[in-house]
Amino acid sequence: MTEPIFELNDIVVTVNHGTPEQINIMDHVNLAIYPGDFITILGSNGAGKSTLFNVIGGNIPVTTGQILLHGKDITSMSVERRTRFLSRVFQDPKMGTAPRMTVAENLLLSEKRGQRRGLGARHLKAHMAKFKDITSVMNNGLEDRLNTATGKLSGGQRQALSFLMATIKRPEILLLDEHTAALDPQTSQELMQATNDQITRNHLTCLMITHHLDDALKYGNRLIVLDHGKITYDIAGDQKDNLTKEELLSFFNDLDG
Amino acid sequence: MSIIVSAIGQGLTWGVVGIGLFLTFRILDFPDMTVEGTFPMGAAACVAAIYSGASPLVATFIAFLAGLLAGLVTGLLYTKGKIPVLLAGILVMTAAYSVNLRIMGRANLSLFDKPTMLKNHFLESLPPYFDSVVLGIIVVAIVTALIIYFLQTNLGQAFIATGDNPNMARSLGISTDAMQIMGLGVSNGLIGLGGALVAQNNGFADVNMGIGVIVVALASIIIGEVVFGDLTMNQRLIAVTIGSILYRFVILLVLKLGFNANDLNLISAIVLAIFMMLPVLENRFRIRHTLAKGMTKHD
Repeated sequence: MTEPIFELNDIVVTVNHGTPEQINIMDHVNLAIYPGDFITILGSNGAGKSTLFNVIGGNIPVTTGQILLHGKDITSMSVERRTRFLSRVFQDPKMGTAPRMTVAENLLLSEKRGQRRGLGARHLKAHMAKFKDITSVMNNGLEDRLNTATGKLSGGQRQALSFLMATIKRPEILLLDEHTAALDPQTSQELMQATNDQITRNHLTCLMITHHLDDALKYGNRLIVLDHGKITYDIAGDQKDNLTKEELLSFFNDLDG
Repeated sequence: MSIIVSAIGQGLTWGVVGIGLFLTFRILDFPDMTVEGTFPMGAAACVAAIYSGASPLVATFIAFLAGLLAGLVTGLLYTKGKIPVLLAGILVMTAAYSVNLRIMGRANLSLFDKPTMLKNHFLESLPPYFDSVVLGIIVVAIVTALIIYFLQTNLGQAFIATGDNPNMARSLGISTDAMQIMGLGVSNGLIGLGGALVAQNNGFADVNMGIGVIVVALASIIIGEVVFGDLTMNQRLIAVTIGSILYRFVILLVLKLGFNANDLNLISAIVLAIFMMLPVLENRFRIRHTLAKGMTKHD
């Protein structure tokens, strides 16, 4: 068995500590992520999906528990430091790009994710050919708009750019937070297909939150379900491949009941 | 004629202040009030340094450092102390008043018989008021070139990204705190530098000379934007100085109408208010169109 890249050990996140509203929004969660895992994450609103990503990204501190990267404790590592191995695409297209900067400028920024940025010239022109190649993969005309301010792009183009920015410098772990949810069905499907192509081709390790049962079943090698801050379901490999929508639906109905 | 040359000289000198404010107001999207304290602080530090025997050039650099330091304090109060940036600026501005009195030892200091950057053979050989134009061009050109270069570096791009989308910047590993502290520091350094130049131009530093500075600097930025419309970042930086000169012309015109120097702050505020309302008025009266037509040659 290969070693996990990333582990959450008995993570608890408590909010409203010492008040009657005290609650564990992350309740003794254990999760080991292996190289090449493409994990789809399901769960109703408030189940803890975003909390899980915020714990992995370092955006919220854990109350107790341990976070390991390649077996090394990184529980108290800052958000900025974690970007060396981690990248993330948000649901809102506005979140992932700088609106007044051009597409090429955004890509250049993301190419140095997690690295020191000094007073050397940025050499934007020298990157243009490469950026054209990278953006043409998305098949949505992004390659012709490299010098356009991202605020002027369509939501679909902007989100495709966010995805490219998250993967241009290979992350050890990629977090996709319902990154197609804000798009129209057609654009959403295209971006999801392109996402899957990229992840499979480059053997990226990825966690993807989604509301679509179909997407959760269709993509990835592993599926987990969160409920009330706990991982209530974790299925991988052949078992996941053979899972049907009906089985998944009945599992959800059991949760509600 | 000489009154126009004088206005250009003042516009150029104040262009440095406008560029300083541009870094916080436009790039970081911060309303930074510190400037009303750092402008007289630069003037005070420069004059006090000249009094203690420093060369005008060294004294001007000390003014930059003084402004930088005050800006860093605002940055730390905002990022580490979690004080809203508007209030952090007001705190430092208020504190700066006392610091400036300490630096000078009194409310104003004259440079009457002291050396300044304007008192050298070359500048004194020029016709009246051309000295401040030449010095202004040199300083503005150096500052603009340095800022343009900086914004094209990887660090400068991270700085722009921080103002544009702090969330994204953080997710790319950019320390937004560091960028904001740096921006406030450099911005106020430039404003301190501007204060030092104005003090040497006017021949004195006064503890009250900071009142209204933010309005004047904002007016330079906004006039540049209104007149030139859509520009690249580099062009916008240059537009600030041109806006600053245009602002001086507007003031000159208003003074010609019979107002006097005591009305200047009222006039400054009205000029800024009018230019800031232009986008609203534009829809009704197509003012920008008319203005732009007046500024560009016809083809």
